Amino acid sequence: MKTKAAVESLSKLISVGKSYQQPNGQTITIMENINLELRTGEIVALLGPSGSGKSTLMRIIAGLIAPSNGEVLYRDRPMVGLNPGAAIVFQNSALYPWLTVFENVELGLKAIGEGPKSRRRKALRMIDIIGLDGFENAYPKELSGGMRQRVGFARALAVEPELLCMDEPFSALDVLTAENLRFELLDLWLEDKIPTQSILIVTHNIEEAVILADRIIVLGRNPGRIRADFPMTLPHYRDRKHPAFQAIVDRVYKILTNPDLDEAEPEPVAIGQSAPEPQTVKYQNLPHVRIGSVAGLLELIENRKEDLYRLGQELQLEIDDILPIVEAAKLMHLVALDEGDISLTPIGQAFLEGDIDERKNTIGEQLLKHIRLVKQIRALLTAKQNQRLAEALVLDILERHFTPQEANRQLNTAIDWGRYAELYSYDDPAGEIFLESHVPEEQDEEPVDAEPTAV
Amino acid sequence: MTRPLTPANKTNGRLNWTWQDGLIILAIVAVIFGIVKTAATFTGGYDPNLQMDLSPSSLPAYTAQTLLRMVAAYFLSLVFSLGYAYLAFYNKVAERVLLPLLDILQSIPVLSFLPGVVLALIGLFPGQQIGLELASVILIFTGMAWNMTFSFHQSLTGVPRELREVARVYRLSWWQNFWTLDLPAGVIGLIWNSVMSVAGGWFFLIAIESFTLGNQSFTLPGLGSYLGTAANQGNYMALGYGLMTLIGVIILIDLLIWRPLIAWGEKFKFQLVQAESVPQSFVLDFLRRSPTLRAINLRLVEPLRESIDSQFASRPAQSARTARKHPQNRNQWVNWFFVSGFAFLVLWGTWEAVLLLRLLSWADWKTVVFGAIITTLRVIAALSLSLLWTVPVGVAIGRNPRLAQLLQPVVQIAASVPATALFPVLLLALANVGGGLQIGSVLLMMLGTMWYILFNVIAGAQSIPTELFEAATVYQLDLIQRWKTVILPGIFPYLITGIITAVGGAWNASIVSEYVQFRGQTEFTLGLGSTISEASAAGNFPLLLASTVTMSLLVVLTNRLVWRRLYQLAQTKYTLL
Repeated sequence: MKTKAAVESLSKLISVGKSYQQPNGQTITIMENINLELRTGEIVALLGPSGSGKSTLMRIIAGLIAPSNGEVLYRDRPMVGLNPGAAIVFQNSALYPWLTVFENVELGLKAIGEGPKSRRRKALRMIDIIGLDGFENAYPKELSGGMRQRVGFARALAVEPELLCMDEPFSALDVLTAENLRFELLDLWLEDKIPTQSILIVTHNIEEAVILADRIIVLGRNPGRIRADFPMTLPHYRDRKHPAFQAIVDRVYKILTNPDLDEAEPEPVAIGQSAPEPQTVKYQNLPHVRIGSVAGLLELIENRKEDLYRLGQELQLEIDDILPIVEAAKLMHLVALDEGDISLTPIGQAFLEGDIDERKNTIGEQLLKHIRLVKQIRALLTAKQNQRLAEALVLDILERHFTPQEANRQLNTAIDWGRYAELYSYDDPAGEIFLESHVPEEQDEEPVDAEPTAV
Repeated sequence: MTRPLTPANKTNGRLNWTWQDGLIILAIVAVIFGIVKTAATFTGGYDPNLQMDLSPSSLPAYTAQTLLRMVAAYFLSLVFSLGYAYLAFYNKVAERVLLPLLDILQSIPVLSFLPGVVLALIGLFPGQQIGLELASVILIFTGMAWNMTFSFHQSLTGVPRELREVARVYRLSWWQNFWTLDLPAGVIGLIWNSVMSVAGGWFFLIAIESFTLGNQSFTLPGLGSYLGTAANQGNYMALGYGLMTLIGVIILIDLLIWRPLIAWGEKFKFQLVQAESVPQSFVLDFLRRSPTLRAINLRLVEPLRESIDSQFASRPAQSARTARKHPQNRNQWVNWFFVSGFAFLVLWGTWEAVLLLRLLSWADWKTVVFGAIITTLRVIAALSLSLLWTVPVGVAIGRNPRLAQLLQPVVQIAASVPATALFPVLLLALANVGGGLQIGSVLLMMLGTMWYILFNVIAGAQSIPTELFEAATVYQLDLIQRWKTVILPGIFPYLITGIITAVGGAWNASIVSEYVQFRGQTEFTLGLGSTISEASAAGNFPLLLASTVTMSLLVVLTNRLVWRRLYQLAQTKYTLL
């Protein structure tokens, strides 16, 4: 057992925020008022749901993205451009497919002008440490996903970074490979085989964070902000079965599933945090899940009050997979959440008891009652004479609140849900939402707008 | 234990030297000799009364000269494409100017550049052969460069964000960035477009190697002018020899250059999964296993690359702090320079164009408009006729693996022969049947363009999953329903791609197919293409400008209004998963 002592400040963010100017002049805030310090000797996990800006935050720390406001310090000096001491391990390894393992690993050394001899020595040593002997001349496409991620690690470690940033490095791997790699990384770190001073790991896997990190930072979204920042005192190699381990996992789950429960920071960094943003007329952030998944979740929790964390374990789902489904169910008031426990509401119960048409009706009613976007689309449609609505119009409205990609996804989700409940229909080639005039027979038509011989 | 990275470990090819390696060395020597010897003929004074020697023994020398011109034009196009696309990608202001400009340049037919380029270069090198040679190279270049540029720009835009971030995090200098990221990312697109570009070069070969300008006719010794002269004199023996040489050269280039390059390009695919069937080339295998080339690579190329690379390596100390300020300032200057320069050019060009167009008479405008209508009709006719036979045949070939195996090589060779070289043969047949160039030009256009559709239809038919056909059988769709619900929607995206390429080709072909020199006389039929050819031959610049602008506008507008929309429809609605 061993823990490293935290001493000097490596990287520091002071009131950092990031916002984008939309083409239509609207400003979208990705994150605001982030105060954060990374110190030598610690592994810090950035944990949060998708859309909380954790990858953006990591890129700000690495210097790939400049913050819109606030200040970034590196070793107590303002950082301009790239972080001089950071290397990144990417989610999908991001190897150059046309370079061999060796060439990929020596890339960073080459760029800083290291001579061929020392380059070769360092790269080969790193390949050796990371366990890739014999694969120096292989191309990435000859390797398995786990091996490729090893190359990604070797490439990052070869430049001997002080700060190793990792962007969900294990999420693209299968469970066993990921676990293996996690512990190998931990070995390297604890046994000082690598000169890295600090590791920042972005993840959506709670257990992964609890296993690796010396400090866990939980991000919230809309906009991204720090909701909790607490140290992990459990000694390393942690046992997943240990009650203390489970207690921490439970705690993080609670924070994540309850948007209103912001934990005060036990270790204030510099300046205190501002209160969460005032809830004005805001569009709900619709999670991108299908109604079918929601129905599946309801079936599962019928007749029992279940702990979300257990549920996730039982389904072998990671937080990023299960939370959106829970959220969607909650938005439609089909389930109730209480301190990390989930249970059906009477409406949810009614949904389960209905046949397919009744289920559609229930969802339709709930959507019109609770989902603002669906309500609005429906209102616009009934107001229009031809009962057709160009999606561009809805996107225009949405882009005042979301980035263009997110606006698109919001619209797609709303279309998907509305279609399920038969509230409206959608014509994909024309990009129009329309009200179906109720014809009993289904049409099976082949639009004639696309005769290929037309000139 | 680490495995030492010795050359022996690198590949498990042959180690001992064989006679094939002697062959490689001899080949290198021979190529160098050939280039030097042929290039020597490019200098010296221009001989206006050059008589083409139609005996078969002169063919090797002519072929060598033509090849050298093509190679020069190709490398010019390559360098241009890389530079232009690079600038357009990395400079957002330049992009807004350069991309539309490229769209316009692409729509201008090659021969419209002819008088301007030739006159300019003859003015630069009065009375010298080199001026004319350069002019021909630049003309071939104008037919090769644009699609390569588009392709490279597209590749640059398509590089995954993470790979770019890797380059930044590990501080690759722009030089390293180019060689390790940008160029490899574009290699596959560049190779395929090079194949197309060079084919385009062959297409205009005859027109470029011998042409009339004003009252002067120019002939450059080469395979194209050989074919042209043979056709003009009605010397069918010579025509046969020339065609055979041409086909042979094209097949050889395919075998020795394109196939190895395509097989080599596999390495640069982004996908990280091994493909099931990859292109193979025995030439490439041979070169890869050759110890000679490996030795050259190890002793010469690697150290050279190393020393150049280290020149460009970023110094770790200075990179962080000082790097920021200057480039931004400089970028602004570059942008400002670019925009104002471009604005000036546009204004000046428009002014000059208006001055020139004022010289045109009402009758000239009538010719242009009337010609445009007729040529449009011809393009449509050529397209419809091509569709009529290529779609059923293409689907039949695509759905029947045995037939595909049998016919695909034949079709490929047939398609690789530049249609312009076959014109005389076709004209001869037409002259016997009767009908003349009004109808003949449509056939000539087809000859140059139907292949694009055929190839795409074959590919489309092959891409339709067998399950869809099985479903059609299970639900007992009749033939018409089958075409309507499975085959046409299935091949639609491919069909559109093929049609777009074919129509572009047809417009370009109209210039050479409406105005043909054959058996000592010039045959032509009314149309926009013949107007351009005529104006170009007569040096009538106002008419050339008016007809070229009309054609460019027609091409750009139909691209924007018709094809791009159909293409979008194809991509959204008719894409198979």
